[in-house]
Amino acid sequence: MSEQKIFEVTINETGVTYRCRSDESLLHGMERLGKRGIPSGCRGGGCGVCKVEVVCGDYVARTMSCDHVSDDDRCHHRLLACKVYPTSDVTVEVIGKMRKNVCR
Amino acid sequence: MAMSGVMRPGHACVRMLDLDEAVHFYRDVLGLQETGRDKQGRVYFKGWDERDHNSFVIRQADKAGLDFFGFRVLDVATLNKLDSDLRAFGVATERIPAGDMLETGERVRFESPSGHLYELYAEKTHVGNGMPLVNPGPWPDAAEHGIAPFRMDHALLYGPNVAKTKEIFTQVLGFRVVEYVEGPGGAGPAAFFMSCSHKAHDLAIVEYPEPGKLHHISFRLDSWEKVLRAADLMGRNKVPIDIGPTRHGVTRGTTIYAWDRSGNRFETFCGSYEPYPDWQPIKWTWEEFGHGLDYPTGKLHETFLSVVT
Repeated sequence: MSEQKIFEVTINETGVTYRCRSDESLLHGMERLGKRGIPSGCRGGGCGVCKVEVVCGDYVARTMSCDHVSDDDRCHHRLLACKVYPTSDVTVEVIGKMRKNVCR
Repeated sequence: MAMSGVMRPGHACVRMLDLDEAVHFYRDVLGLQETGRDKQGRVYFKGWDERDHNSFVIRQADKAGLDFFGFRVLDVATLNKLDSDLRAFGVATERIPAGDMLETGERVRFESPSGHLYELYAEKTHVGNGMPLVNPGPWPDAAEHGIAPFRMDHALLYGPNVAKTKEIFTQVLGFRVVEYVEGPGGAGPAAFFMSCSHKAHDLAIVEYPEPGKLHHISFRLDSWEKVLRAADLMGRNKVPIDIGPTRHGVTRGTTIYAWDRSGNRFETFCGSYEPYPDWQPIKWTWEEFGHGLDYPTGKLHETFLSVVT
């Protein structure tokens, strides 16, 4: 079993920081500590709501929907935070937006 | 109530980002029964009390969401009649041969103005619910495996042109509107809850700019206590919950909404009521729709309105 590590995540826009385990996603780490900043959706890589750009740091990315993350996105570290696991301290910018329902 | 024409939701085919993870989730966490795998790699499931071979089918894909949603009709003559009725109404149909889906007869497929693929079929192999047809017990062991819904019950789908889509279901396929939600500012209905049976909804559709979106597939439990048990199992298995356990105002169901491992929302629910065909539809205004969605809190949950696959 690989050793679990803890890294610091910074959300650029707000300066919010939190400590995230290497075995939990950036989104899960944020939610577990009651922090805010990255919008939460399906938490399964399917809906695209939690899209971030990792502007600094290393990570492992798991499977996510090609509807929301293109090959170009991957090359530019634009990913869904629910499927990104930190392997160093990480800084992100939020680029996903909660898409408003047509009724609002 | 005599039931004819379209009888019930019969199958949903949903895309998964990681098939092995999805099979584990639907078989061991949700507690459906795996009934087969086909040459295309699709995996077939059913709820424990369903008697047909399959009702929920998944496949590996690079994006989440719904492939198609099918309804079982009374017999082959009904299937042929509804096919010609659809074409007479101006809806293009396609025939998919028997055997394309495991243990399933010929299917008539059409695309709705909301961008969803719907299907009708008349034949699917009876495999039973694990108990004999003579002197059965009340439930099999499978009724306690995982969350263990007894059937796939309905779908809620998001897309444009719901009023036109509703017309196909009510004017051609024999559905009726049981409840509906008025949009804001007199924009007309934004959501229809429609029944082809004795249920408050067999299909619900909500106006949304992007076509062909899946909001949720719903699985039915038989008590509020089992909805609470489902919540315990979701916590134990770290299944992300969207809303609940709570009660809807719309259709009165008691419910939990959660997401599978690929981000497709599903519902585990019980309750609701049994409308007759002569009952007048129930209207929800946009101002009070918060209670329609989550009756105790009246909260218009942002994720419920905008997170789809």
